[in-house]
Amino acid sequence: MAAKKQGLIDQMLQDLNNDGIDRRGFLKCMAWAGTGLVWTLSGGIPVSRAFAKGYGKEAGKGGDFSFVQISDSHMGFNKPANPDVIATLQAAVDKINGLAQPPEFLLHTGDISHLSKQEQFDNVDQILKSASAKDVFFVPGEHDVLDDNGKSYLERYGKSAKGSGWYSFDKKGVHFIGLVNVLNLKSGGLGSLGGEQLEWMEKDVKHLSHSTPIVVFAHIPLWSVYPEWGWGTEDSAQALAYLKKFGSVTVLNGHIHQTMQKVEGNVTFHTAMSTAFPQPQPGKADSPGPMKVPAEQLRSLLGITDVNYVRGQHSLAVVDSTLG
Amino acid sequence: MRKKNVVAVLATPVMIAMLLLVAGSPSVKANDQPSAANAEVKIDNFSFGPQSLTVPAGTTVTWTNRDDIPHTVVSTEGVFKSKVRDTDEKFSYTFEKAGTYPYYCSIHPKMTGKVVVQ
Repeated sequence: MAAKKQGLIDQMLQDLNNDGIDRRGFLKCMAWAGTGLVWTLSGGIPVSRAFAKGYGKEAGKGGDFSFVQISDSHMGFNKPANPDVIATLQAAVDKINGLAQPPEFLLHTGDISHLSKQEQFDNVDQILKSASAKDVFFVPGEHDVLDDNGKSYLERYGKSAKGSGWYSFDKKGVHFIGLVNVLNLKSGGLGSLGGEQLEWMEKDVKHLSHSTPIVVFAHIPLWSVYPEWGWGTEDSAQALAYLKKFGSVTVLNGHIHQTMQKVEGNVTFHTAMSTAFPQPQPGKADSPGPMKVPAEQLRSLLGITDVNYVRGQHSLAVVDSTLG
Repeated sequence: MRKKNVVAVLATPVMIAMLLLVAGSPSVKANDQPSAANAEVKIDNFSFGPQSLTVPAGTTVTWTNRDDIPHTVVSTEGVFKSKVRDTDEKFSYTFEKAGTYPYYCSIHPKMTGKVVVQ
């Protein structure tokens, strides 16, 4: 069986055009995907998820796992764009629980609450309890640190974190870094990491081997999506510079309430949908506020992100799927 | 002759009185400004309107959030700072001293405005 799979790999590699894309494999991948957006890059060659999974298992290392990113639950929001954010968060959890491969843990990339209120955090914690994955890792959004500079967020979610809530952890050889870029924002500015956090991050990755896959997660995008709307981080270039040596870096963000992706060398940037309400595409509206759509369309603009790591594969497979 | 003098004598204190009345009234101004007591800024569509507001010293400025998302009003010089204001909530500050007071929304820092106190 392993030999057959190896033969398939060779064949796919041979089918490459000059641009490095195997069209037959890519189309197979899209057909398998159905309604979800599926893409996975392995050294620049799109590889179908099912194929990658099988390869990983037969390598015998058993290192593969998956996790799910959710974002922008805005618990407490109740305006026309979505009068029931509890129901849509629950729908996201149902989606997670219906995944073929149960995720090991969840990442929440912030704006957990809408107004940093205790009962709003409580509601989210309660709903997430019914998820198949019991471990949830959080980073705050700007809506989570209102009035108290993040004190109540930190008390609840940042017990083992540093500074304003940054931290790192390892899962099956993958190094995860949670960053906070929603505090001490300057007038007219973008998201901000700050000197203390950057210093910590430099030390945190200094001694890791360059073959360690890295996943960075933070609320506001760490790349310049649309500065006019504050969709970017002032000092993210410094953070990315510390990750230059690594062969595989995946950056997962939220904040913009829509999926967007960019690949720059070894770094794959990806933003998630919200589980609460959509926002307009850059420049397509006067402001980045909640976007009202007909009720029956709402869930098609909300969703979760399933991320698959297969040991031996260059990059992580990122799959977005909507709630309806 | 005498009548004229009487009129002049009577007119002067009346004129002085009228001048004093006019001078003492805060709402009578030559250049049609709103009342010195209060002024308003509406927050909507991720912006402050008017973005630049000029008021006399002693004015209380009230910001009202008409947006469907919460905002804050924070002085860049640390002079005033509102708690988070959700839709329809207000924040007021009385500007006693002349000067320029730039401010922004700390949640959405691209939103900026200023109050100029004369």
